This record gives sequence, structure tokens and C-alpha cells, in this order.
Amino acid sequence: MVQPTTAIAPDATGPVIAAKNLDLTFQTNDGPVHALRDVNLTINKGEFVSFIGPSGCGKTTFLRVIAALEHPTGGTITVNGMTPDEARMRRAYGYVFQAAGLYPWRSIEKNIKLPLEIMGFDRAEQDRRVRDVLALVDLEGFGKKFPWQLSGGMQQRASIARALAFDADILLMDEPFGALDEIVRDHLNEQLLTLWARTEKTIGFVTHSIPEAVYLSTKIVVMSPRPGRITDIIDSDLPRERPLDIRDTPEFLAIAHRVREGLRAGHAYED
Amino acid sequence: MSAALTQRPARASWALGGLAAGVLPVMTVLMAIIAIWYGASVMMNRAWTLDQMQRQNIEMTPFEIIAAAMTQERPVLPPPHQVAAEIWNTTVGEPIMRERRGQMQGNPRNLIFHAYHTLWPTILGFGIGGFLGILLAVGIVHSRAMDMSVMPWAIASQTIPILAIAPIIVVVVSNLPVLNAAVDQGWISDDTKLLVPKALISSYLSFFPVVVGMVAGLRSPQTSDLDLMRTYSASPAQTFWKLRLPASVPFLFTSLKVSIAAALVGTIVAELPTGARFGLGARLLTGSYYGQTIQIWSALFMAAICAAALVMILGALERVVLKRMGARP
Amino acid sequence: MRAVGLVPWGLPVLGVALIVWAALNDTRLALILGVWFGAWALNAWLSDRAHRRGARLVVPLIFGVTLLALWEMAVQLYDISFVILPAPSAIWARIVTETATLWADFQQTILKGALAGYAMGCGAAFLAALAVDRSPFLQRGLLPIGNFIAALPIVGTAPIFVMWFGFGWQSKSAVVVAMVFFPMLVNCVQGLKASDAMQRDLMRTYAASYPQTLIKLRLPTALPFIFNGLKICTTLALIGAIVAEFFGSPTVGMGFRIKIEMGRLAMDMVWAEIAVAALAGSLFYGIVALIERKTTFWHPSQRRG
Repeated sequence: MVQPTTAIAPDATGPVIAAKNLDLTFQTNDGPVHALRDVNLTINKGEFVSFIGPSGCGKTTFLRVIAALEHPTGGTITVNGMTPDEARMRRAYGYVFQAAGLYPWRSIEKNIKLPLEIMGFDRAEQDRRVRDVLALVDLEGFGKKFPWQLSGGMQQRASIARALAFDADILLMDEPFGALDEIVRDHLNEQLLTLWARTEKTIGFVTHSIPEAVYLSTKIVVMSPRPGRITDIIDSDLPRERPLDIRDTPEFLAIAHRVREGLRAGHAYED
Repeated sequence: MSAALTQRPARASWALGGLAAGVLPVMTVLMAIIAIWYGASVMMNRAWTLDQMQRQNIEMTPFEIIAAAMTQERPVLPPPHQVAAEIWNTTVGEPIMRERRGQMQGNPRNLIFHAYHTLWPTILGFGIGGFLGILLAVGIVHSRAMDMSVMPWAIASQTIPILAIAPIIVVVVSNLPVLNAAVDQGWISDDTKLLVPKALISSYLSFFPVVVGMVAGLRSPQTSDLDLMRTYSASPAQTFWKLRLPASVPFLFTSLKVSIAAALVGTIVAELPTGARFGLGARLLTGSYYGQTIQIWSALFMAAICAAALVMILGALERVVLKRMGARP
Repeated sequence: MRAVGLVPWGLPVLGVALIVWAALNDTRLALILGVWFGAWALNAWLSDRAHRRGARLVVPLIFGVTLLALWEMAVQLYDISFVILPAPSAIWARIVTETATLWADFQQTILKGALAGYAMGCGAAFLAALAVDRSPFLQRGLLPIGNFIAALPIVGTAPIFVMWFGFGWQSKSAVVVAMVFFPMLVNCVQGLKASDAMQRDLMRTYAASYPQTLIKLRLPTALPFIFNGLKICTTLALIGAIVAEFFGSPTVGMGFRIKIEMGRLAMDMVWAEIAVAALAGSLFYGIVALIERKTTFWHPSQRRG
């Protein structure tokens, strides 16, 4: 079970993630909560998919279902053609949480090595990969530092590096830049796009910022709460090459407008 | 400020709040402990029974051996029911007061009488020690010189087995001329004189945990909370009453619970090397002199009950106070 | 309501007034008060301007030396009975002449009784915590009981253990085991639960096995708790070992010596033992704290210092 498996290449034809009629109900003391109801979604290889919606709409829950951190109560979902649990066992994805979640007792380098140690990579390979991903997120020279010696943005970059280290094909990101200020966020968004272009990974990205979703994605999934469901799926026709000022173009504003309409249709602002 | 109030020290997780939530697991573990106790008691007491069997040359069935092992007068490990029976007999089964030389006096055969002799100095000492501890903590927080001079010693004193000093204090205090004079003058009775050194040790032991906990509590408001008070140009006294003191309450109760447990241990140990006649410690000592194991265990459980009761009272008080201060349950 | 504002000039005036009053009545008292307020003024002056590390060391040192000096002065000036309070100089004299006895007692009580019990008790509690940790049911059952027992006067079990294991150091170790086990268990179990949900989720996304999660995540997060338990237990271990000797011991040991010398009213020797116990306690605690500093340097509580 514990052997160095880099993720299995998804078979060329099938989708990377496919959810059909997905339901997830939490039983709480105040009665059942419908976190997800009848969610249908297909994500293909190399797509950058954003999930957007107000809190409680199930976007994080859906990401956690893909990661097999939650289990659906109805419907089916496959990741690389397997169940999420099988995919997790084969280390199919890297996960980035809202907080960097670096271990304070490990240096940045050792933090990035954490998944590599668990997955049984040999020493030399570990060192090589750490060097590579540190370069990928522009953190060369910071490997020996401890997390608390770095700024919030740098910590989050290190956490992305950690998720990239074992070279899974899927990257799941749960509001990774939510806690950062706007300027750092813009910078990281740009870097993320470059990284995505270079690595050709499939990315699932949870956010509640409309500009962020539109700027990053090839596909935007709009969700709404009570029960958590998908209200709109928007395919973006923006070019893959996206400078920051693309956000002032009419095309960009049109998509942002449609996202806002989708959110409004889901009665996101009624309360 | 609510943030400061909810920041509870880690040791605050006293059990009884959680007891209701997990009665079944707690009962299961208790049952397991009692079962192990019975088993151990049979194993450890069997040797004596077997020895008796051999000497008197009688045959016994295994069942009889077990029964005999659980009814000895001086067992190596008395089974739970023997201890329970002893506690019952020496509390409910004995009058608390008895007549002696024409006077009504406490009955030394009654365990409640001994518990009283231990509890009273404990509570007295705890009150004095706790009060002084709070005062010193207030001084430390407001005076830099006091902080730098006293605080390192207060912390270091926690690493020292202060309890070892208990016997000295007993000897010193009972030899104090002032105290002897007071007895001669008839101001205090001999009983009260015995109580003084015990209370002193209790107060000494309750003092330092309260100082350390209270200083931490009074310093718990964050910079932003203190800055807010500064924007109102509040006086140090106002800052103290309206911010520091309320913020320190959870810390205070945590350290008070540690303190009162320490105070009780202090009183009991104070009774040990000085040959005190009354008190749970004295009961332990006479029990160990005469090999009365059942007496030792019953005194031990009485001490446990006292400790539990004291901490529980503080815990209840804590819940009431914190609730009135609007903390989340 | 500005009572606290009085303090800066109120205290010196009060001090001088007290000294003057004492000088008129009892010169000895005036001397003692003079030393006290003098040292206090020096400390107040030092602590107001000192921001360097040196002051953090000097100020408490001056305070401690002042207390010792006052003790010595009070005993000498008032001829306090030897039984009530021997002077520090007398205690020091005893420490110097009786070094061999004190060393033997230290070996018997601290090195054999306390340390062996400490190692066994804390080790057993740690292993028990690892076992308990795997069963939430056991946790919910054991934690309240463990918390409860940790607050009980366990020293009271000393006579029982002395009966079971004899007068040697073994019975003292047994008392120490009984005393340290539950505080250590509770701290370890809490520590093992301390990692937050997100970090455990992260380990799950790596499909990490139980031992991997334990070693790489949960033990490191538990370390501050484990050390907290270890530190609390150092004092408990010494108390247990010394007090247990009150109930029976060979003719060596710190508790034995305290009991015997007190019977002879040789209070200077009793105080000498106390001084050794205090030193041993601080040293023991200091060593554990030092190891903690080295291994949990990353923890916020260690970082600021």
C-alpha cells in the first residue's frame, strides 16, 4: 500500500473527475444539513476549474469529496476512473488548504519533503524534487528557514510547493489565497497561472472572489447554498496567456457579469 | 475582551463537565478498575490464606480460598467491599462526638472527625494563601521591580519539593513563643494550636500556584485590548478592574483548583512526621504502624473524597462565575 | 480612583518613615528595615532602566541575597532559638561538614528512588497514552478518571507501597510511579489529540499510514504537552521519594534524615537536607526544561523567550 507511486496517468479518453447525481447530507444535532444535492460535473485533463459561491454552498465539501476526506451519501464520483479512496491511496492529487499548515518544527525544505518521506522516495530524489518545486514557486534560498520566519504569502507558496512535490496530476486548492492581502494575491494568481501552464496539471480551485475565479479558470462552477448545488457552469473563452490587465477587457467583464448573475440566481444575497 | 476570556489554560479541562457526556465510558473504565482490583486483591492475599491452610492442615476448594482471601483482617490489598464497609462503619456507624471525662469531644474512631481535622486547616490555609497570592500577583503586574525580583523565585519555587519543608514548619510553629503564650493566656485552645502549623503549610503550598496563575491571567489581555483602554485614557485602577481582573478569572480558577489539591496534600503530609493524633495523615500513619491496611485504604479514600469535593465545589463556583461573565458554556 | 498613582513616591516615603520610627524604638529593627528598603530601592532603580539581559539575572539575585542577609541578621540580632530557625551560616556550615552524608542521602533518594520511579512512571504513562489514543471510547472513559486521580493526594499511598515493597528504594520508586503516572498520562493523551484537523487531513491526502502520521505529525505536536507533563512530574517525583521515606526506610535517605534529625532537633541538618532537595529539584527541572528548549524550539512558547 505504501509504495512510491506517482499518480497514474489518467486514461486518455475518460474525464479526470466525474460526479453524477452526487448527494451529501450531514446529520447534525439541528437535523440533516444538505451540503451537496444532485451535483453533476465533469472535469477534463488540464482544466483549471474554479468553484465559487457564498459560504455554505458546498464548494469546499465538494473538493473534500474529490479528496476522499468526505464520503458522499448518494450518487457516484470517480477520480481518474477510480473511487476517490483508491485515488487517494495512489496519491492522485495534491491538496492545498486555506491555511498554509506547514509544520513549525520542520524547515521549509523538510516540510516539502514530508509527503516524499511518507511516499518512500529515496534521499537523492527528495533533494532533487525539493530543489525543483522551490524554484517553481520562487522560493530558492529559503529552504533552510522555518515557516514562522516567512511571510504569509511565502508560507502559502511553500505549501503549494509541498503539494506539487510528489507530482500528482491533480491539484486541489481550497481558498489557498483567502487569507492574503490583495496585492500578494494578485502576484500569486499570476504565478499560479504560469505554474499551471508549465506543469499542465488539472486544478480544482475554491474561491469566493469573482475576479480571481474569472482570471484563473477555464471553467467556473457557480454554486449556491441550502441545499448546496450547482447553479451554473461557465466555460471561459479567455486566452490561456493572461496578463493581469486582462481584467479590464470587455470579455473578462462579460464573464464576471455572468458569474455574478449566476450567484444572484442562486439567491446568494437573500440573507 | 471576549477573546481574552475564552483563552483558557490547558489544564482547565477538569473532568466533571465532561462526565455527563461520557458516563458510559467512564463507568466502563471504573468497572474495569474495580475488577482488576478484585483480581489483584485475591492474587496478593492468597499467599497468606494458603500459608494458613498448610499450617492448619486443612483442604479448601478454590472458591473457599477466594472467599477467605477477601475476608482477612489484615489483607495485603483489601478488596473494594472491605474498604467500603470500613468507610461506612467509621462514618455512619460511629457517633461523631462522644463523652469523655464528662465532656463531649470528637470521637477519634470516626473518620469524619479526622477528615474535619484535615479539612479545616486546608480550607483556612487555602483562603490565606490564595488571598495573599492574588495580592502579590497584582503587585507583580503593576510593579516592574517586584516582577523582576519576585517572579523568578515564585517560578523556581514550583520546581522545589516544598512539601519536604512541611515537617520543619510544624516543629518551628509549635515552638513559637507567641503561640505558646497565647495558649497559656487561654486565648486559643490546644486544638487550635495544632491547627495553626497545618494551615500555615496549606497556605504556603496554595500560595505559589495562585501567584503564577494569577500573573498569567492579569497579563492575558492582548495588546489591542490594553490599547483600547489607553484610548479611553483609563487609569491603571480602571484598567485593572474593567479589563485585567475579569480577564484573569479563568486563570484564577484553574490555579485555585491546583492550589486546593496541593493544600490538602500539604495538610496530610504535615501530619506525618510529627506524630499528630488527629487527621487523615495521622490515620495513615497509625494504620501503617499497626499494619491496619484496611484503615490505611479507608483514610486514603476519605482523602480522595475530600479532594474531589473541594475541587468540585471550586468547579461549580467557576461555572457559575464564568456563566455570569457571559463565557460560553 | 487614582490610588495606584501614589505608588512611585508613596513607597519610599513610607519606607523612610518606618525606618525613622523603628530607629527611635528598636535599633535592630531599624537595621533590618534599612537593609530591606535599601535593597528594594536598588532593585527598583535597576529594573527601571535595565533592559539588558544582565538585569534579568542581577535583580532576582539581589532579592534572593537580601532575603538571606535579612534571615541571618534577624537570627543574629534577635538571638532566635536554634530550634525555630538556624542562621543560613549555620546551615552552610553543616552542608560543608556533612557533605558525605548529604551525598549518600541524595544518591539513595534522588538517584535511586526518584529517578527510577520517574523513568518507569513516565515511560509507562507514555506507552499507555499511545494505547489509549487508538480508542476514543477508552479516552472518554480514562481522561476524566485520570484528571480526577491527578488531583488526589496520592502521596498517601506511601505506607501501602512501603508495606508491599519493603524499606528499600524500590518502595519509594513505586510511590513515585503512582504519583507521576496519571498527570503524565493525561498530558500525553491531550498532546496526541493536539494536532489540528487540517493537518490530519493533509496526512490523509498523502494516504499516510498510522505509524507515519504518529511519528511525523502527532508526536511532534504532542511534544510541548509531553514536556509539560515531564516538568510537573519532576517535582512530584522528589516529593514522593522524600515523603515515602517518612513511612520507613533504610538508615539513609533525605526523608529519613529529615525525620531523624528533627526528632533530635538538629534543625540545621534538616535545613541542609531541604537545601539539597531544593537544589536537586531545580536542577532536575532545569535539565528537562533544557531538553524541551532544544527539541521544541519551534513552539511559540519557546520562540519568544
